[in-house]
Amino acid sequence: MTVDESLLRTLTPAVIGILGRRGADFAAAEDAVQEALVEAVRVWPADPPRDPKGWLVTVAWRKFLDAARSDAARRLREERVDLEPEPGPAREADDTLQLYFLCAHPSLTPSSAVALTLRAVGGLTTRQIAQAYLVPEATMAQRISRAKKTVSEVRLNEPGDVATVLRVLYLVFNEGYSGDIDLAAEAIRLTRQLAAAIDHAEVAGLLALMLLHHARRPARRKPDGELVPLAEQDRGQWDTALIAEGVEILQAALARDRLGEFQAQAAIAALHADARTADETDWVQIVEWYDELARLTDNPVVRLNRAVAVGEADGAQAGLAALATLDPALPRYTAAEAYLRERAGDPVTAARLYAEAARSAPNLAERDHLTRQAARINASGAG
Amino acid sequence: MAKYLLLKHYRGAPKGVNDVPMDQWTPEEISNHIQYMVDWGKRLETTGEFVEHYALSPEGTFVRYDGEGRPPITDGPFAETKDLIAGWSVVDVDSYERALEVAGELSAAPGKGGKPIHEWLEIRPFLTQPPTITE
Repeated sequence: MTVDESLLRTLTPAVIGILGRRGADFAAAEDAVQEALVEAVRVWPADPPRDPKGWLVTVAWRKFLDAARSDAARRLREERVDLEPEPGPAREADDTLQLYFLCAHPSLTPSSAVALTLRAVGGLTTRQIAQAYLVPEATMAQRISRAKKTVSEVRLNEPGDVATVLRVLYLVFNEGYSGDIDLAAEAIRLTRQLAAAIDHAEVAGLLALMLLHHARRPARRKPDGELVPLAEQDRGQWDTALIAEGVEILQAALARDRLGEFQAQAAIAALHADARTADETDWVQIVEWYDELARLTDNPVVRLNRAVAVGEADGAQAGLAALATLDPALPRYTAAEAYLRERAGDPVTAARLYAEAARSAPNLAERDHLTRQAARINASGAG
Repeated sequence: MAKYLLLKHYRGAPKGVNDVPMDQWTPEEISNHIQYMVDWGKRLETTGEFVEHYALSPEGTFVRYDGEGRPPITDGPFAETKDLIAGWSVVDVDSYERALEVAGELSAAPGKGGKPIHEWLEIRPFLTQPPTITE
């Protein structure tokens, strides 16, 4: 038999929490649990435990004691707290939540918070995280060890901020690299686990947002990697089960009347998911949600996306007028203008702007897409 | 996080401040220069920002396809080539400002007389993966 790695990873935060309750500090507990995970992968195939979590707790605790052995006074303290009973499910959810807060602590840089969350909450190995983010394992090991040092003074019961946790999970989902580890799926798993530990409208909003975008994944790229814009995606390939789940979670969140930016973004994604064809998209409602979103966040990208939506709802000229109020230095401003110019019947300008946008595109897939748009117009003789 | 390439040029970059050819340094100055760059890389490893570090031979040859069934054709090396890459470092940092900061440190490597060479480094962002959520 092979080891169920997803089970191991699901158990990780709870086991760290139990070691913490027995008196281990976070950094030592986290190290001990990683060692126990490695041993589980080695031992379980031949000798599967009846109680996987109990096994992990026992082995991780032994690893922790081995590491702490030189410090006799400390060991005495640990043996005393060893008698503490196992926490119940409610306490365990609480431990897990505290771990999310710690790993997304505001004193950490975004990249450190991402790495620490994936390891301590996600149960990924340093090597897996390094591969996912395309850096050497030694570099990732240092990034994680510095992050642990940074939060070493933080009390585990310190009240945390859900918003910082959500930003970290959003980063994992949205800027995931492609490697052996599916970071988008991992972000969804961690957000589900968070939603189970805390009742919070924005956690639900982020989960819905992720599910609704993940549903489109099969249609987002051609087999050769070429980006397919939303309007041209084969909607038959969208995952209807994920959409249904995302919409249901979103509706329950919105009903609580505690609107936040992730719920508003999810609402926009839900309206796209709702349209059987691109032409059936309810752009008027989408513009209304962008207005909500603009009230909730000062992110200028929202206003750029709103201008494009206005172009769909009220015509390209209206979209260009909305765009004209924004800073042309915004990322993707030129690409948005190119799109609206073509819709407004000015292919010559559109082709020029598409080519210009391609030169400043932040990623290869977008650059190729924009270059193809310019080439398409030029080849049609209109440009 | 974003990756940046820091390019060192043998030729083609603007002249640094302390721009004395390396063969006119003392052996000790050369050792110090190399040690500085090694230490720079090690420091970035401890901050979790180091990706790679490579040096290139100045000797290079051009090569191209020469048609079906024929071996690739080569040309050069061209002694007069304007731009000559000496090597590169790749860093993975949280911001463009941080990339400039670490590049500045690398450019301060000591040269003739133990003084910083103030070498011009070219900094280029990597193209990334497209984000999932764009609308």
